[in-house]
Amino acid sequence: MSIANYLYLSAILFTIGAVGVVVRRNAIVVFMCIELMLNAANLAFVTFARINGNLDGQVVAFFTMVVAACEVVVGLAIIVTIYRSRRSASVDDASLLKR
Amino acid sequence: MLNTALEIGTTQQPEAVMFWFLAPLSVLAALGMLLVKKAVHSALLLAWVMITLAIFYIAQEALFLGIVQIVVYTGAVMMLFLFILMLVGVESSDSLIESIKGLRAIAITAAIGIGGLLVALISRATLGRESVGLARANQDGNAFGLAVEIFTRHVWAFEIISALLITAALGAMVLAHSQRNKSKFVQRDQSIARFRKPSLAEAAGLPGSGVYALHNAVDVPALLPDGKAAPTSISPVLEARGDMMESKKFEMKPAEEEER
Amino acid sequence: MTTSSNLVWLIALPLICSALLLLAGKRANAWGHLVATAVSASAFAIGVVELFAMLGRDVQDRPVTQKVFTWISVGDFKVDASLLLDQLSICFVLLITGVGTLIHIYSIAYMSHDRDRRRFFAYLNLFIAAMLLLVLGDSYLNLYVGWEGVGLASYLLIGFWNEKPAYATAAKKAFIANRVGDVGLSLAIMIAFATFGDVTFKGIQAQADQASSSAMTAIGLMLLLAAVGKSAQFPLQAWLGDAMAGPTPVSALIHAATMVTAGVYLITRSNFIFDAAPTAQLVVIIIGVITLLFGAVIGMAKDDIKKALAASTMSQIGYMILATGLGPIGYAFAIMHLLTHGFFKASMFLGAGSVMHGMKDEVNMRKYGGIGKFMPFTFITFGLGYLAIIGVPPFSGFYSKDKIIETAFNAGGLKGVLLGVATLFGATLTAFYMTRVVIMTFFGNERWGHKDEPHESPALMLIPISLLSIGSVASGFLLYRNHALEYWLKPIVNPAGEQHLEELVQPIVVSALAVTAVIIGVSIAIKKYRGEISSEAPVKVNLLTKAARRDLYQDDFNESVFMRPGQSVVKSLLNFDYKVLDGLVRLVGGISIGAGQSLRKFQNGYVRSYALMMVVGVLALLITVWLMSS
Repeated sequence: MSIANYLYLSAILFTIGAVGVVVRRNAIVVFMCIELMLNAANLAFVTFARINGNLDGQVVAFFTMVVAACEVVVGLAIIVTIYRSRRSASVDDASLLKR
Repeated sequence: MLNTALEIGTTQQPEAVMFWFLAPLSVLAALGMLLVKKAVHSALLLAWVMITLAIFYIAQEALFLGIVQIVVYTGAVMMLFLFILMLVGVESSDSLIESIKGLRAIAITAAIGIGGLLVALISRATLGRESVGLARANQDGNAFGLAVEIFTRHVWAFEIISALLITAALGAMVLAHSQRNKSKFVQRDQSIARFRKPSLAEAAGLPGSGVYALHNAVDVPALLPDGKAAPTSISPVLEARGDMMESKKFEMKPAEEEER
Repeated sequence: MTTSSNLVWLIALPLICSALLLLAGKRANAWGHLVATAVSASAFAIGVVELFAMLGRDVQDRPVTQKVFTWISVGDFKVDASLLLDQLSICFVLLITGVGTLIHIYSIAYMSHDRDRRRFFAYLNLFIAAMLLLVLGDSYLNLYVGWEGVGLASYLLIGFWNEKPAYATAAKKAFIANRVGDVGLSLAIMIAFATFGDVTFKGIQAQADQASSSAMTAIGLMLLLAAVGKSAQFPLQAWLGDAMAGPTPVSALIHAATMVTAGVYLITRSNFIFDAAPTAQLVVIIIGVITLLFGAVIGMAKDDIKKALAASTMSQIGYMILATGLGPIGYAFAIMHLLTHGFFKASMFLGAGSVMHGMKDEVNMRKYGGIGKFMPFTFITFGLGYLAIIGVPPFSGFYSKDKIIETAFNAGGLKGVLLGVATLFGATLTAFYMTRVVIMTFFGNERWGHKDEPHESPALMLIPISLLSIGSVASGFLLYRNHALEYWLKPIVNPAGEQHLEELVQPIVVSALAVTAVIIGVSIAIKKYRGEISSEAPVKVNLLTKAARRDLYQDDFNESVFMRPGQSVVKSLLNFDYKVLDGLVRLVGGISIGAGQSLRKFQNGYVRSYALMMVVGVLALLITVWLMSS
C-alpha cells in the first residue's frame, strides 16, 4: 500500500469537514467540523514527517493541536455567550449584519 | 519514475490491512457527522474519527502524537464539546432542511471540486527522493525525538504557543463571565415569586419526578392527586431529547377506583 | 489736475437713499418720496456748485477727479474706483440731476395712488446713482458698473407693475437686448486692456496714436454695439417701444432723457478711439441714419401716444449717433441735441403722462381728441415741446438739429449730400408724426366715448412740466449762442481744434432747407388729419403703415431669426441632454444599482454563506494551481 493513501484520506476528511462547516447550522457542529478539518491536516503532517524522515511534521502537528485546543476554548466560550443572550446556537440566527 | 508521481514507498502488509479497514470507517463516520440530526451523535462520530486518526498516527511512528490525540482530543476536547452541548445545544435539534437557497448544492459541488483537485494534485506531486521513514529519527524513541525537536529548534514557537494557550484560557474566562447587573435571584425572591403567581397551585413547589420508582425515575413524571401526570415534574431537557417515559400506565384509572 | 471730495456724494447720496428706502420697508411709506426728491435735488445742487467751481478755473484745470478707493490691485494691474468730472460729464450730471429732480417732483403726484410709491422712488434714486456713476467713472470699468446699474434700474422700473405678465415680459426684453450691448462693452474693455494694458480714459487716450487701426476699429465697433444696445439703435431697437410699459415718469427720465442717451455719451467719451478708426465711424453714421429714419417711420404709424414718443426718441437718438459719427465737429452737436432733446422729450412725456392722468390711463390716441380745451396747460407745454422737436426757430430743437444737418452736409462729397438729404427727410418725417400726435391728441373730434371729461393735472405735476418747457424753449439758443457748448466741450472732444472741412453749404441755406422740410411735414400731416379721425385704427392701409405698426417687423425678424432657431436649438439640446447624457448617466446608475442588487445577494448576513465563499475561493485557488502545474 502506498503511503500516499494517508494523504488521500486526509484530503477527503478535510473536504467533508469543509462541507460540514457550510452545511450545518448548529454552531457546535460547525465547530466540530472545523476540528475535523484540523485533524485531517494533522494526518497529512504526520504522513509528511514519515516521508521526509524527520520529526518536523510531527512538531507542527503537535502545535496545531495546541492551537486547536485554544480555538475550541475561545470558540465555545463565544457560543456560550451568544447562547446566553440569544437563546439559540444556530449560526443563521446571528445574522444581524443583513440589516 | 520518481518524477512522474509521488512514489513514496509502500507499507508493510499489516499496516495496509489496518488502513483499508479503518480508513473507510473514518470516512463514513465523518460523512455521518454531516448527516445525523443530533449534535450529540455528531460529537460521538467525531470522537470515533479522532480515535482512528490516533491509530493512524501510531501506525506512522508518531506514538506520542497518537497518545496525545486520544488523551487531549478525544478525551479533553471532545468532553468539552459534550459539556457545552449539555449546556446549550441539547434542546436545539438541527433541522436538515436547508434554509439558504442554493447553498447546499454549491457547497457540495465545490467540495467535490476541491476533493477531486486535491487528490489529483497529490497524485501528481513529485518529491524527488525516496520515502525515508522515521527509524533513524525515532532511534531514541518517538517522545524523546519530539522533545529534542520542540525544546531545541522549536522552543521559541513552543513558548509562543504556551502564551497563546494561557491567553485563550483567560479569554474564555472573560467571555464566559457575565457581569451581574441586577441583584441575584435568591431563595427569598423565588418564594415571593411563587406566591405572586395567578394561581396558588404551585405555591408548595413543583412535584418531584419518579413517584413510582419502577423505572429510572428521573424520566417518569409524577402523578398529581387526581391521578394525572404532572409534566412539570420532568426536566425540559429530557423532554427535548425525547427521553421522557410515558406515564400513562402508572396513572390511576377512575373505573378501578369505583370497583374498590 | 484738480481734485474734489464732493464727487462721491453725488453717487453715494442717491445710493444710500435708495438702500434706505428699500430696507426701511413700510415705515418709509410716509416720507420716502420726499427724502428721495430731496436727495435728488441736493445732488443737483452739488452739480451746480461744481459747475460754478469749474467755470471759475482755467480751461486746462477744469476737470476734477476724486479717487474713492483702490478697486482692483493685481500685480501691475490696478484699477481705482475714481471719478472724473470734466466739461462733458458736468453736462450730463446737470441733465440727470436736474431733469431727474423735476421728474421726482412730478412722480410724487403721478404715483400718489400707487401702493408701491416708496419702492418706485427707491428705484429712481438707484437709477440716478447708477447713471451718475456711468458719466463720472474715469475708466471704462467704472463706467461699466454704472452701465449695468442703469440697465438694472431700467429693468426694475419697466417691470414696476410686474403683476401684468406683458409688462414683466417687456422688462425682460429690455434687459436681454441690453445684455447684447453689454457684451459688446465688456469685449471692448477686454480688447482695450489687451491693447493698451489700461482701462482709464486718460491712459488710453495717451496711447491712442500708437495702437493699430485694426485694434481701434475692433474696440470702436464693440463700443458701438454697446451704444446700440443701450440707446435702442438699429438693430437692437426693439425693446424701447415695449419699455413704455413702465410708469410714464420712467419713460420720461430713463427712456427719453438720460439712460438711452448713454450710448451717445459712450461714443463721445471714446472720441479718441473713433477718431482713430474711420471704419467704425462709418458704421456709426450708417447706424445713425438707419435708426433715425426707422424710428420716424414707426412713429408715423403708432396710435399709442407713448410708443409714438418712444419711436421719436429712437429717431432723435439716431440723429445724435449720426452726429457722433461725423467726427470732432459732430460730438458737440450730438451733445447739444442730447441736452435739448432731454428737455423737450421729457417735457412731452410728462405731458403725455398728464394727458393719461386726465384720461384714466388711456394711451390710445384714437380715443383722445379735443383734449386741448380741457387741459390747456398741458396743451401749451406739450405744444412748446412739439415746436422744439420739429425744429421751429427759435425753439431749442431748431438749433441743435440744424447744426447736425449742417454737419452732415459738410461731411463732404456724395456722402455729405446723402447724409444731408437723409437728415432733412428725417426732419420732414419728424414734423409729420409729431404734428399727427398733437392733432390726434389735442384737436379734432372728441373720441373718448362715454368716459368722464378729462381734467387738468395737479400743480405738482404741472410745475415740473413747465420748468422743462422753459428748458425746451430756451436751452437751444443758450447752448448755441456764441458757440457756448462747442467751446465748452472743445478740450474734451476736439482737442485738435478741427473746423468744418469745407463750408459746402452755407448755414443759412441749411436752416432754410430744414425749415422748409418741417413746413412740408407739418402741412402734409394737417392735410391728412384735419377731418374726422376714426376711433378705431383703419384696417385698409398701405404696406408701409402695416409694417410700421408692427415696428417694421423687428420683433418678427428677431423671433424668426433668433428666437425660433434658438428655441429649436435649445429643444434639441434639451432632448440630447435628456436622451443621451441623462441616458448615459442613468445607464451608469442602472448598472451600479443592478450590480449592487446582484452583489447584495451575497451579503445576506449568514455566516455560512460567507464560509461558502471561502470554500469557493479555495476551489478557485486550487484550479489555478492545477492550471499552472499542468
